[in-house]
Amino acid sequence: MIAALIGLPLFGAVVLLLGGRRTNAWGHLLAVAMSASSFFVAAILFVQMIGKPEEEREIGQHLFDWIAVGAFQIPFGFLLDQLSIVFVLLITGVGTLIHIYSIGYMEHEPNRRQFFGYLNLFIAAMLLLVLADNYFLLYLGWESVGLASYLLISFYQQKPSAAAAGKKAFIVNRVGDVGLALAILLMFVTFGTLSFEGVAAGAGIASPSTLTWIGLALLLAACGKSAQFPLQSWLLDAMEGPTPVSALIHAATMVTAGVYLIVRAHAIFDLSETARTAVVAVGAITLLLGAFIGTAKDDIKKGLAGSTMSQIGYMILAAGLGPVGYVFAIFHLLTHGMFKAGLFLGAGSVMHGMHDDVNMRHYGALRTMMKVTYATFGLGFLAIIGIPPFAGFWSKDEIIHAAFGQNMFIGLATLLGAGVTAFYMTRMMAMTFFGEARWEPDVKPHESSAVMTIPMIVLALGSAFGGMAMLFIGDIEHWLEPVTGFAYPQNSVSNAVLIPITLSVILVGAGYAWLRYGRRPIPVVAPANVSLLTRTARADAYGDAINESLFMRPGQYLTRSLTWFDTKAIDGFVGGIAAAIGGLSARSRRLQNGLVRSYALTMLGGAALIALVLLLVRL
Amino acid sequence: MNPNNYLVLAAILFTIGAYGVLVRRNAIIVFLSVELMLNAANLAFVAAARNTGTLDGLVAAFFVMVVAAAEVVVGLAIIVTIFRTRRSASIDEASLMKY
Repeated sequence: MIAALIGLPLFGAVVLLLGGRRTNAWGHLLAVAMSASSFFVAAILFVQMIGKPEEEREIGQHLFDWIAVGAFQIPFGFLLDQLSIVFVLLITGVGTLIHIYSIGYMEHEPNRRQFFGYLNLFIAAMLLLVLADNYFLLYLGWESVGLASYLLISFYQQKPSAAAAGKKAFIVNRVGDVGLALAILLMFVTFGTLSFEGVAAGAGIASPSTLTWIGLALLLAACGKSAQFPLQSWLLDAMEGPTPVSALIHAATMVTAGVYLIVRAHAIFDLSETARTAVVAVGAITLLLGAFIGTAKDDIKKGLAGSTMSQIGYMILAAGLGPVGYVFAIFHLLTHGMFKAGLFLGAGSVMHGMHDDVNMRHYGALRTMMKVTYATFGLGFLAIIGIPPFAGFWSKDEIIHAAFGQNMFIGLATLLGAGVTAFYMTRMMAMTFFGEARWEPDVKPHESSAVMTIPMIVLALGSAFGGMAMLFIGDIEHWLEPVTGFAYPQNSVSNAVLIPITLSVILVGAGYAWLRYGRRPIPVVAPANVSLLTRTARADAYGDAINESLFMRPGQYLTRSLTWFDTKAIDGFVGGIAAAIGGLSARSRRLQNGLVRSYALTMLGGAALIALVLLLVRL
Repeated sequence: MNPNNYLVLAAILFTIGAYGVLVRRNAIIVFLSVELMLNAANLAFVAAARNTGTLDGLVAAFFVMVVAAAEVVVGLAIIVTIFRTRRSASIDEASLMKY
């Protein structure tokens, strides 16, 4: 059963990518069917799991021995427990909706079949990542989603910017992957095994410094995949990919793999205070940085990308809080998966009606033209800023509550983040759906077809009720407890005090944005004369500039000097010897002048010399 | 008679031969000069054998005579062939085998 989850989309990917043009006519339908049947299998497994008593819910499947070299034993095996199943449902559920949406969104794309092949490949890779029962197999999934992400970001490969964005995502992810590779090596050296079970069992007796190093290496991996500071720069450029890809990979699923990794390795983080502190610091910095970048973007997708960074910052921060935070990290991940995917699909629907224009300054007053998009985007908006009773409220509030339990400053950072989130999301709403129309002359906005709006409606319902359903019906805290552990936050600030404070911060952020962007006309061209803060946010907080001056330029300088050294010094030395011998031979060859008498003279001279030497030596 | 005189004569003959090889252009004359050098060497061998009272030098002299005879056969054949093709016996003109 578990293998079927991965096998179905993988089969779809193989058929579509190897089948070639023959499969053009029905390729997208096959991809949707494969993804949907994978979701169906997941639903069956989920129902089966609910029916079992708590201690029997974890099931494994051993397919074959993948690598068996002496003590290095890697099985190709899957593990389906309470943590994996929620991921599987999110990936296949949201994945299927986005497959359906893409039928409409990519309708006029000549390479649509290839796109669906890549999407299926991504679903299979992501499922492999969350279903692996050891870190080595997880690494295979980790790299495979990276490949799928690269292929899909550069899907419009005729656009140089898209090709560059794909390469950038791949290279920045490579930095994080080094962290995962190091963590795996350290785990094998320390514990002698790479299975989740074995590592968790061995963590208790390993030395604290080793655990800290493993934790930091895992954090580096999570930073790369989840676009966390300091490896955040690729996510904004990744928006070059088609919008369904941004919704599925760069909002709902793949970028949250870092959170999954940290929660999965909680045995390591439980025992290392230092590693947890680093995780919290990264999360806090990123949640503020992402929100800050989101406030100044005119590109609707980049605004949402900054928001994704920020929301994943919340999850990472929660995961760094330890047992009080793991379940809320996953809870927020699930609600975020729904509302952010919905928001991206809404953005895609707007772009679809606006000739693929992403600049919000060319939008405005779309609420009358795109009623469904407006309603679904609005529900996602209410969910992300955390208005009760929508999904984001429940999960974000729990994180803020747990953060205040840890440390006042961390709590304040999450609170400030919530206010900034309300600001940039209200700005986005106001610029897109309210105000006066600022459309380009030849643009006639229209609502998207049903194949696109139905997935948006489903996700909007998830954004509206998903949080309540998971918290009150699903009891997610105790559902995940056997896997991740759970502790109630020990707080001086109670939820009864905190919720009104949070809500007022959110309302202040939203109100300020409404005053600035809802009540006042918005210039069609972005004003150039703006504050330093706005300019910093527009430039992605100079993330690219820092990377370029710190790593790229010195790297290029190093390669140039190495090339110079190679051509001048090493090639010069080797080539110089050859040239010297060649030149010398060319000169000595002149002695062979063909004149017998000169040879005779040489012989005579030589003989005389030998005779002389013999005489001298004898004397 | 002082045996050293033979050696002196041999040295004089060798020098004349070497001089001839180096300065003359006619292949036949060069050839003659080579013969002169070989016979100077023979004279030295024979004189040395006489001085020491052993047979070694005499044996060497016979070897040199045999080699010289063989060399004359081959050398003259080459000279005749060159003369036929080039209408000249100058060794300076037969200088195509070079760098």
